[in-house]
Amino acid sequence: MKFLRWLTKIDRRIVFLLMIGVVLVPMLFDIPIPFEVGDPAQNAFNAIDTLQPGSVIMLSVDYDATSYPECQPMIVAITKHAFKKNLRIALLGNIPTGLPLGQEALERAATDFGKTYGTDYVNLGYRPGVVAIMVGIGREIRDFYQEDYRGTNVDELPMMADVHNYDDIAVLVSFAHGTAVESWIAYAGGRFGQQIIGGVTGVVAPDLYPYLQSGQLAGLLGGLKGASEYESLIEKKGLASRGMPAQSTAHILIILLIVIGSVAEFALKLAERRSK
Amino acid sequence: MNFPTILGIWVAATLTIAILSFLYRDNPLYKFAEHLYVGVSAAYWVIFAAKFTMQDMLVSVFANNWQEFLEQGSRTAFWEAWILVIPTILGFLMLTRWFGPKIGWLSRWPIAFTIGLGAGLGITGSIQGILLPQVQATFVPLWTPNLWELVANILLFVGVISSIIYFYFSKPHKGFLGGVSRVGITFIMVSFGAAFGYTVMSRVSLLIGRLYFLVYDWIVGTLEALGLS
Repeated sequence: MKFLRWLTKIDRRIVFLLMIGVVLVPMLFDIPIPFEVGDPAQNAFNAIDTLQPGSVIMLSVDYDATSYPECQPMIVAITKHAFKKNLRIALLGNIPTGLPLGQEALERAATDFGKTYGTDYVNLGYRPGVVAIMVGIGREIRDFYQEDYRGTNVDELPMMADVHNYDDIAVLVSFAHGTAVESWIAYAGGRFGQQIIGGVTGVVAPDLYPYLQSGQLAGLLGGLKGASEYESLIEKKGLASRGMPAQSTAHILIILLIVIGSVAEFALKLAERRSK
Repeated sequence: MNFPTILGIWVAATLTIAILSFLYRDNPLYKFAEHLYVGVSAAYWVIFAAKFTMQDMLVSVFANNWQEFLEQGSRTAFWEAWILVIPTILGFLMLTRWFGPKIGWLSRWPIAFTIGLGAGLGITGSIQGILLPQVQATFVPLWTPNLWELVANILLFVGVISSIIYFYFSKPHKGFLGGVSRVGITFIMVSFGAAFGYTVMSRVSLLIGRLYFLVYDWIVGTLEALGLS
């Protein structure tokens, strides 16, 4: 009875220690745990992989450092994939504190693939007025972004010469930890028929599945799992792939704790009933 | 790694440990990190409003257009400069709330403008971009030779109809209506379960990210910088 009671009320600090342990062990010893690529990530990959070289994709940084472990591997993988396919990238964002993270990913991929700023990629920076911007880009991107993040006039950037509105953007990818993807769907997708991919945190992902079913999203990367799927598709192991074994062991621990707690609770109630 | 990078990593690692120390119990180290975060965030948003909104959207746009008008005599530039007076006045009217109810009511005008704009954009976006495509996506064939597609379509149809009926409150949920609404709440509970599962995954990912940073960026990175690894 005493042990059963202890099992139903395990000190939370023991749970925390166990959790840190099961995350650290696979991280330190690089334990390989296989996983399969799901349709949402495969569709996202296909949407970018089938674009013609020279096509423009727009990456919207709608997350910040609080979602770095989930969203950063996605933007790293997609920028590498895009440059490998010789696509051009226009970066912008609705969260100013997140934009440097997008810029970091873009610069690293550009260095790896020998791409030039202004010709192969641009960073348009941040402008306030989320919805107005999403609608306004449908008319003319220069109405909101006359200059890039460095203060250079957009018309002086060769890449932007033929980029005016959604008609010139093949795919829009929103990396988000909030409701930004739904806003892009409502305003860029619904009104202008823009093809959209969502790269979102695990918390946001379940809300977006209906848009996959309806075809409003061309693909979806959900959480660390989605990021690791994309990394495996481009055959470049990154932060997400290295974190997935720890994710699996942590989930096993959580399932075990839930089962142990539930069985112990049930056994305790049974024992109490019998003793009465 | 250069010295500023190492210093930045050490600051980040110290603050991470300070925040994680709350898992044991509340302590001064945690409180320090918490207050630092609040202070830095507040300062950041002040700068943000001054730079991105006041300077970039108002002062710079006015100055550029006014200069263009003076140099080229462009009437468009003249009006694009002076039209900014309207949002400026609306912005100042918002501040009248600080001066009591006598003139505070003036703040309702900019609020009404904001609500009107938000509602207009929101309603059209929601209907055109969300509601209609979602309703259209539920028009699925209830008979198809592919068994899995058939099951998926029936589940979608039953799930949507029963969930909507669960939120139909004009009649008591008894009899047939009660039965269907119970099916609806079952679908809703399953979706809550999926959302909770994803949330757990998300939170574990954040822990992985932080521990990865502490092990590889902080400890291994410092050892490498010191030539010990």
